[in-house]
Amino acid sequence: MITVNQRDYVAWHTGMTVTELLTLMTYTYPHVIVSIDSVLVPYGTYNQTPIPDKSDVRVIHLMAGG
Amino acid sequence: MIHHTLSVLAEAPYETTGLQHGYTGQTLYVNVGEGRIAAKPVSANMRETFIGGRGFDLWLLWHGVRDSTQWDDPENEIVIASGPCGGTTQYPGSGKSIAAAISPLTGVPIDSNAGGHFGPYLKFAGWDAIEVQGIAQQEVIILINAPAGKIQILAAPDDCPTNTHLLGHWLNEQLAETEKDRELMAFVSAGHGSEHTLMGCLNFSLYDRKRKDLRYKQAGRGGIGTVLRHKHVRALVVRTHPFGGDANRPADLKRIARTGAEMNREVTRWDPAQNRMRSRGTSYLVQIMDDYDLLPVKNFQCGSHPETPKINGEIWEKRYTQNMPDGCWFGCTLACAHAVDNYKLQTGPYAGSCVIVDGPEYETIAGVGSNCGIFEPAAILEINFYCDTYGIDTISFGTGMAFVMECYEAGVLTKEMTGGLDLAFGNAESALAVLHQMAEGEGFGKIFGQGIRRMKTIFAETCGVDRQFLDDIGMEAKGLEYSEYVTKESLAQQGGYGLANKGPQHDEAWLIFMDQVNNQLPTFEDKAEALHYFPMWRTWFGLCGFCKLPWNDVVDPKNATTDEPAKIPYHVANYVEIYNGVTGAEATADDLIRMSERVYNFQRIFNIRMGHGLRDHDAIPYRSMGPVTEAEYASRRERYDQQLIDWLRLDPATMTVKEKLAQHRAYRTEQYEKLIDAVYARRGWTSQGVPTLQTVRDLGIDYPEVLEVIRKHL
Repeated sequence: MITVNQRDYVAWHTGMTVTELLTLMTYTYPHVIVSIDSVLVPYGTYNQTPIPDKSDVRVIHLMAGG
Repeated sequence: MIHHTLSVLAEAPYETTGLQHGYTGQTLYVNVGEGRIAAKPVSANMRETFIGGRGFDLWLLWHGVRDSTQWDDPENEIVIASGPCGGTTQYPGSGKSIAAAISPLTGVPIDSNAGGHFGPYLKFAGWDAIEVQGIAQQEVIILINAPAGKIQILAAPDDCPTNTHLLGHWLNEQLAETEKDRELMAFVSAGHGSEHTLMGCLNFSLYDRKRKDLRYKQAGRGGIGTVLRHKHVRALVVRTHPFGGDANRPADLKRIARTGAEMNREVTRWDPAQNRMRSRGTSYLVQIMDDYDLLPVKNFQCGSHPETPKINGEIWEKRYTQNMPDGCWFGCTLACAHAVDNYKLQTGPYAGSCVIVDGPEYETIAGVGSNCGIFEPAAILEINFYCDTYGIDTISFGTGMAFVMECYEAGVLTKEMTGGLDLAFGNAESALAVLHQMAEGEGFGKIFGQGIRRMKTIFAETCGVDRQFLDDIGMEAKGLEYSEYVTKESLAQQGGYGLANKGPQHDEAWLIFMDQVNNQLPTFEDKAEALHYFPMWRTWFGLCGFCKLPWNDVVDPKNATTDEPAKIPYHVANYVEIYNGVTGAEATADDLIRMSERVYNFQRIFNIRMGHGLRDHDAIPYRSMGPVTEAEYASRRERYDQQLIDWLRLDPATMTVKEKLAQHRAYRTEQYEKLIDAVYARRGWTSQGVPTLQTVRDLGIDYPEVLEVIRKHL
């Protein structure tokens, strides 16, 4: 199990990547900043970055609005 | 077309003063009732305290009206200004105009911004702002003619059209002799819809050199178009001299060019991988909002719909004409002002004509589309075009139509009331029929054009329906229709709408992601801080002539390593550079917020002066806080049931839906009141929402007339 944005609990599986998590959460907005246990995940590496079990994942969406 | 020698009703010569560091040092006053034209100097206090744009608008409007002024009184004014940075061509999004007036919908000052060329051209023609007062005895055109060195009030002849797309061509024929003249002319107009409704918008023209045709951007909110037509002004026209990239006479052009070049590289590099504003404009947001359950569907009942892919950005990218210069001001590389060319109209007085439709942008797609249950691109284009040319705000039209459609489906409205129109959700044909009636001031369209607040009273009085239901689902606050975001799960954005000075428009604050998705604002104090900083930051754009979009709609990933990524600190630094580069000041980022605090608090006090600025007026409809109907609850039952468990330790399995709705309402309403307490405290206001004496003194806006207003409420 991992936590997302200190609120949502998401089932974890071996090899789960940041991209998978974003898809699972329907986080489709392109301006996001992702950190795992307070370590920033470099932009462009989401597909290759695995998420460890019990991680504290933050997905910060930058503001939008028309 | 007949070429007229237009009758001159009043005229005043002038010389263009030297534009210096973003200011001309004078504003133009035109009284169309008295035929009076005058120049007013910009005082040092006005410049230092109110900066420009919305600040100048409010300062001039304050002195133009009385406490008791209504929107249709002669002393009500339309004031339009750009701002010191307006007209910059080196940095994207630097050509905005901001219009203000006492609003027909709200009774308080409304400010509304638009792209197009008018504001910058006005400044290049010698004026930091224009103030229009009085009611003309006949239809007039105001012409600010810099090459001829004169201001004229001209009689509009009988064959002068009113609807914008025809009026534009007429003005071009009458007032511009060459192609170059057309490029150097811009105007502001409304349309027949503005004459018969309270939700009239202003159209701001721009001459599209590649298309060799006119296009329009709208200052849509609050009915300023209605005020324009009530004054019998057909158009405000400005003609300016040929100009170059230094037309704004900045203090340090190299500084601006350096910052602009860096930003333009960033736009080119990152926009294709991010929001794709250059190919889709704000329509990219449609699918995103649907994905996060934030897209208004059927009068804000829910936030997504299976048919959204029929109207999302991918669809519009195919409809918009690509590879055209779609900036609404010169030099804007974000270039999001897209258009659909050669659209063949299907209905109304111009059926069969092929026209340019400017947009549709996100607010229009969501407002007249999903919020009305309409998922047909052609219908959205048709409504978009007619709203613009008739001078009707697409947001108020969309949110108003969504309200009416829900009333119709709930049995509040019958065909007897609608004149036989079936106004069920999704009925685009009927929505268009109402729109055409609005332009003529006929039938149900005449009632509709009064806006939601007045419709609620009319429906309650004539149909004998439950007023509470109408208040719950009628998405307006302060009398202004909501813009197009679902806020039920974002308390901060409920405040963003409810506490906005002008009424529920998102250009003060858009906090839904920070609050609802990121969970970055868990406490009331966090939300209050965000509801202080972001409205002030975004107010600043309106003081200076900037568009908000380049601030956060394209972002270099390096932003992730900054202290406060939500603020896009390195873009804030860009704006500090541009402001200082234009004006010659050495302001800091904190100084920019201070500038906004002065104007923002002044506007709040202006609202109070007009009798509508206290806590009661920050109330919002319950639909924006939580589910109103049992069907609405059922559509998101799992979420709402879980919230009863998490928030209130209740067992939903033992409760009826009615009981669940009541518990949600009590809790959510209480949360909103607590939010207001926190925000007022952060802003230095009393518990009734009045800026304190200390606050106005600290801000340096403790003018005697300001103190007189607030002392009555302390």
